[in-house]
Amino acid sequence: MDIRLSGVSHFYQQTEVLRDISLEIPSGRIVCIVGPSGCGKSTLLRLIGGLERPSAGEIHQLGTPPTDCLNPLTYIFQDFALLPWRTVRGNVSLVLEDHGIRGKAAAEIIDDVLARTKLSDFAEALPKQLSGGMKQRVAIARALAVNPAVMLMDEPLSALDSQTRELLMDDLIALWSRTPFTAVYVTHNLAEAVRLGHSIVVMSRRPGQIREIVHLDTPLQQRGLGNAEMDEKQKYLWQLMRDEARAADAELIDV
Amino acid sequence: MSELSNQNEMHQVPFRGGGFAPTARRGVGLAVFLLLIALTELGTQTGFITPLTLPKPSDVLKTFGELYSSGLLWQHLSVSLSRLLVGASLGASVGIAVGVMIGLFSYVRAGLLPLVAALFPIPKIALLPLFVIWFGIDEGSKYALIAFGTFTPTVVATYGAVDNVDRGLIRMGQSFNLSWWSIVRKIVLPGAMPGILSGLRISLAIAIILLVAAEMLGAEYGIGAYILEAGSLYDLERLFVGVAILSILGVTLSACIGMIERRLLRWRV
Repeated sequence: MDIRLSGVSHFYQQTEVLRDISLEIPSGRIVCIVGPSGCGKSTLLRLIGGLERPSAGEIHQLGTPPTDCLNPLTYIFQDFALLPWRTVRGNVSLVLEDHGIRGKAAAEIIDDVLARTKLSDFAEALPKQLSGGMKQRVAIARALAVNPAVMLMDEPLSALDSQTRELLMDDLIALWSRTPFTAVYVTHNLAEAVRLGHSIVVMSRRPGQIREIVHLDTPLQQRGLGNAEMDEKQKYLWQLMRDEARAADAELIDV
Repeated sequence: MSELSNQNEMHQVPFRGGGFAPTARRGVGLAVFLLLIALTELGTQTGFITPLTLPKPSDVLKTFGELYSSGLLWQHLSVSLSRLLVGASLGASVGIAVGVMIGLFSYVRAGLLPLVAALFPIPKIALLPLFVIWFGIDEGSKYALIAFGTFTPTVVATYGAVDNVDRGLIRMGQSFNLSWWSIVRKIVLPGAMPGILSGLRISLAIAIILLVAAEMLGAEYGIGAYILEAGSLYDLERLFVGVAILSILGVTLSACIGMIERRLLRWRV
């Protein structure tokens, strides 16, 4: 399933946050969106997933999601959004219950996704007992449980320390290599973008517009630390963003 | 600066981070109670406190023993407890329901919030004669008074608690296509539970206060009736027995809520 945005603009009251965004998200690819803070990249993600309505323009799904897909557009949030009163297993089960999946069928799915995210030993733990990295792995497990057609990731690693971030990036790459998924990955971290993105959308400061789309052809598995080509791309992206970021930083926040 | 300081002098870095973090201290509360009672006993025995001012704690205890052995204690207590139970559970459950609705629906909020604000400051005792006409002089008016008194604080605590539920969690529920009812049941209600329970602590204390008020009119038995009778006869021993029973009731209820909190809110950090 592909996603197509055509001429999307968005306003909060008088403030224009997004201007005329047209973008294609091809299936089986990871599209990273980078931009200075306040450029509306998280808003864009909320629009893509239908959590907000664009002021202008249209967002289309092309093709139908596979039949075993319970929730085509599935988010992974920066703050994990786990229910603190449910165990790891309960948090995954939450998103299955509404589809009438209970008992044995649910247990099978839950055991599978927890194994894929290396959480099998922590099924009965409460979120407060887990580290940040583990919490985000629970959120990823929960997202995998509904078999999403497109994963919408809103700065999923930004709340984690840099070591955990490296580990989780490896996990995400391993997951993608096993079964390629479609993802929109919003981040302000350029290193993450060049590690995970098949294409990187660079946005300008508010009102957010697409400045450039950078394509990376190196397979994800070969993008380890210290890869010269990746460093080159990251430097190039920083060149594109630096002035925007500086100007965005100097702006008064009036929203 | 640093060149002037003497390198040979050595001090331990002074600790400045203490206090501002109350921890549990077992038995101190009980000790305060016992100390106060012992002081009163001493004062009344020596005559420093006249019998008109305060009764001897030992006499109060004796009166309590008499009340217990005559079987009247249970008669008063059972009537009062059933009034408290019916009235408070009625008021609290309707209060929680209305509070959740105020928290969820804009129209209910706009319509009922001013009404609740108008009802809250009314001393419910003032309405007792009215309740007697509406619900009868027997149990009906007593249930109504207690229910009404617990209703308003429960509503206020509940809608505040619902307002405080993490919006991120609700958005998460929506993003996974959970039904409206699932979001309310599995995200909003558990998330509001801490606030609802701490509101119940206040509501139940108010219910005990109103219990005595409700038993002012047309009650033969009940702790409130017992206290009022003792008061009008200026029988200080019996008055204090009644007051002590109410205090014990309050402590017990508060401990019950503490237990429920520990069970239901184990997930809290």
